[in-house]
Amino acid sequence: MLEEIGTTEQGDLVINVGPQHPSTHGVLHLVITLNGETIKKVEPHLGYIHRSIEKMCESLTYRQFIYSTSRMDYLSAHMNNHACAMAVEQGLGLEIPARARVIRILMSELTRLASHQLWWGAMAMDVGAITPFFHAFREREMINDIMEETCGARLTMNYMVPGGVMFDLHPNFQVKTKDFVRFFRSKFDEYDELVTNNIIFQERMKNVGRISAEDAVSFGCSGPVARASGVSSDIRKLAPYEGYDQLNFTEALETAGDNYARYLVRMQEMRTSLSIIDQLIDNIPEGDFQAKTKAVLKLPKGEYYSRVETARGDFGVYIVSEGGTTPYRIKFRSPGFSNLSALDHIARGCKIGDLVAIMGSLDLVIPDIDR
Amino acid sequence: MLSIAEIANSLQQWLMATFSPGWATLIEFVLVGTLVLSFFAFLGLVLVFMERKVSAYMQLRVGPNRVGFRGTAQTLADTIKLVVKEGLTPDGADKFLFNFAPFLVLITSMLLMAPIAFAKDFQIWDINIGVLYISAVSSISVIGVLMAGWSSNNKYSLLGAMRSGAQIVSYELSAGLAIMSVVILVGSLSLNDIIASQQNGWWIFKGHIPVIISFVIYIIAVTAETNRAPFDLAEAESELTAGFHTEYSGMKFALFFLAEYVNIFIVCAIGATLFLGGWMPLHIGSWEGFNHIMDFIPSSVWFMGKTFFLIFVIMWFRWTFPRLRIDQLLNLEWKYLLPISLFNLLLVTFIALMGWHF
Repeated sequence: MLEEIGTTEQGDLVINVGPQHPSTHGVLHLVITLNGETIKKVEPHLGYIHRSIEKMCESLTYRQFIYSTSRMDYLSAHMNNHACAMAVEQGLGLEIPARARVIRILMSELTRLASHQLWWGAMAMDVGAITPFFHAFREREMINDIMEETCGARLTMNYMVPGGVMFDLHPNFQVKTKDFVRFFRSKFDEYDELVTNNIIFQERMKNVGRISAEDAVSFGCSGPVARASGVSSDIRKLAPYEGYDQLNFTEALETAGDNYARYLVRMQEMRTSLSIIDQLIDNIPEGDFQAKTKAVLKLPKGEYYSRVETARGDFGVYIVSEGGTTPYRIKFRSPGFSNLSALDHIARGCKIGDLVAIMGSLDLVIPDIDR
Repeated sequence: MLSIAEIANSLQQWLMATFSPGWATLIEFVLVGTLVLSFFAFLGLVLVFMERKVSAYMQLRVGPNRVGFRGTAQTLADTIKLVVKEGLTPDGADKFLFNFAPFLVLITSMLLMAPIAFAKDFQIWDINIGVLYISAVSSISVIGVLMAGWSSNNKYSLLGAMRSGAQIVSYELSAGLAIMSVVILVGSLSLNDIIASQQNGWWIFKGHIPVIISFVIYIIAVTAETNRAPFDLAEAESELTAGFHTEYSGMKFALFFLAEYVNIFIVCAIGATLFLGGWMPLHIGSWEGFNHIMDFIPSSVWFMGKTFFLIFVIMWFRWTFPRLRIDQLLNLEWKYLLPISLFNLLLVTFIALMGWHF
């Protein structure tokens, strides 16, 4: 396979999709080789939005570097912050209050919902239906309002800090979240009617962009992409953090491995998130929302790793500390990068329209891939 | 009652009396041409505005509501913007074909306007082979699209144009066969005869289930022929950015846009003429009172009402369905629609022969 890269035969049509293209959802540049409408090869080119966040983090303190991670996978800002906060807490040996744990889970699940709603709209838009996007945004707006009240921000929240969360919950939080859950549950039928059960949509999604469980593992896919191929990979189940093990939920699994399976897994995950919120929203323990920490954090010499399940998959933070106030080295394991690496394998032999649908079903967020 | 037809007739008599026949005909040509052009532009404005409002209400938005009364002047403002914009011709493009393509597409849709009966006795050109003329002329627009895609020197445009070519050529068959079913029932190709045959009921009611099937196939096929979603593969925004008109800007783009919307109007007007009785009012059997009240509504209102209803349906499609893939699109035509319409045509012929229609 390696020899094929960079070679084109006579009569092949080479097209640059992106960096500015409506369906790459960001500044991703794909060089695709076509034979008529059929794709022979896809080469992703990265680097258009590389901000060298990992290197920047080396000169930021342990309190500061978390903020830059909101700008990576901006749709899972809470979860990125969460992973970083957990890595620092691991180094400090901090025990965080029960209230903070529950708030973290609630916020993470709300973020997952918001992210999947955006994906749902964008997925439908990629296969040509524009209206669902607006319907998805109606619901997403409610989550953004909830976030805004508690965190003060709508997209890059920077709410989770080492030791807990930055502020206590807003008094309206419980009421508004319950309202949202009730409203959103009632909209699932509409979602199914408009998109899931649409015959054209199913034709476009079923048996397209198939990836086997073996390939999904070898490409390092995680999250819904891996789970759609039948690979159990939910970090919330495999390596429970913050008390996910005490909650009652099942991991969404499909076996087909095609676009439609990835679609169904995410739809199932939205329902799972709603049930997790249901379980917790009335049981938020009283107490502190933040553990007492020193003003200047210093991690003991050593290596620390923490991982969370973001909306896109397994997000890991690896910190090497020399004992100072800033990390010596830092590395983020972003789920989007591995999922993108499988794109060429999945898309070969498909049509151009399928490529767009496959990219939608992989749910790529480019700043997460480029960092 | 002062009808448009009477005004036109008296105008013609006055012209004939005042000028020599040659000059009178020339002046008539200029007058009709100007009228068609202004109607054309007006239709474009109305339909674009309608689409924006329809899509807005389907998408939980308000739509344009600032310029003019409730946003009605928005499309006018957009047109002014497009007119004053620089018309770029990309390097490496075939200049003549690139600049000619939008006009070819526009001319095609203008020509199609001729045989349509807008109201009682109000038709630009009463041609006795109207249906044949429409099927023949409507095929020309694909040449314009192919020219635009090829001459742009852009790969996206080329792919879009090729898709469009395959699509329009295929779906013309189904559209043509669906039209034929009505022609067989009427026994005439003239649009006026077809309308007159619907005096006592529209074909969609009179022709049993086969005509309803023809109508559905016609709507599907013309949606594909006008490159509208769910068959908008030629411009497939999420795949080919803008398809065959990627490189066009300013007024040349506006001409494509205008032609697209006028084409929708024309295919819906033909659909309304063939299946829904054109300008004929709705008559129900022997309900004399009801029929009499219906007769009071002007024929132009009937025609426009039916046409705009069909236009709304086609817009509804666009804002509801996802897009098909190119192979699925061609499968749908060649494996399903074409056999169904051929068999359906057989049924209609049988019904017409036996005289089973009402």
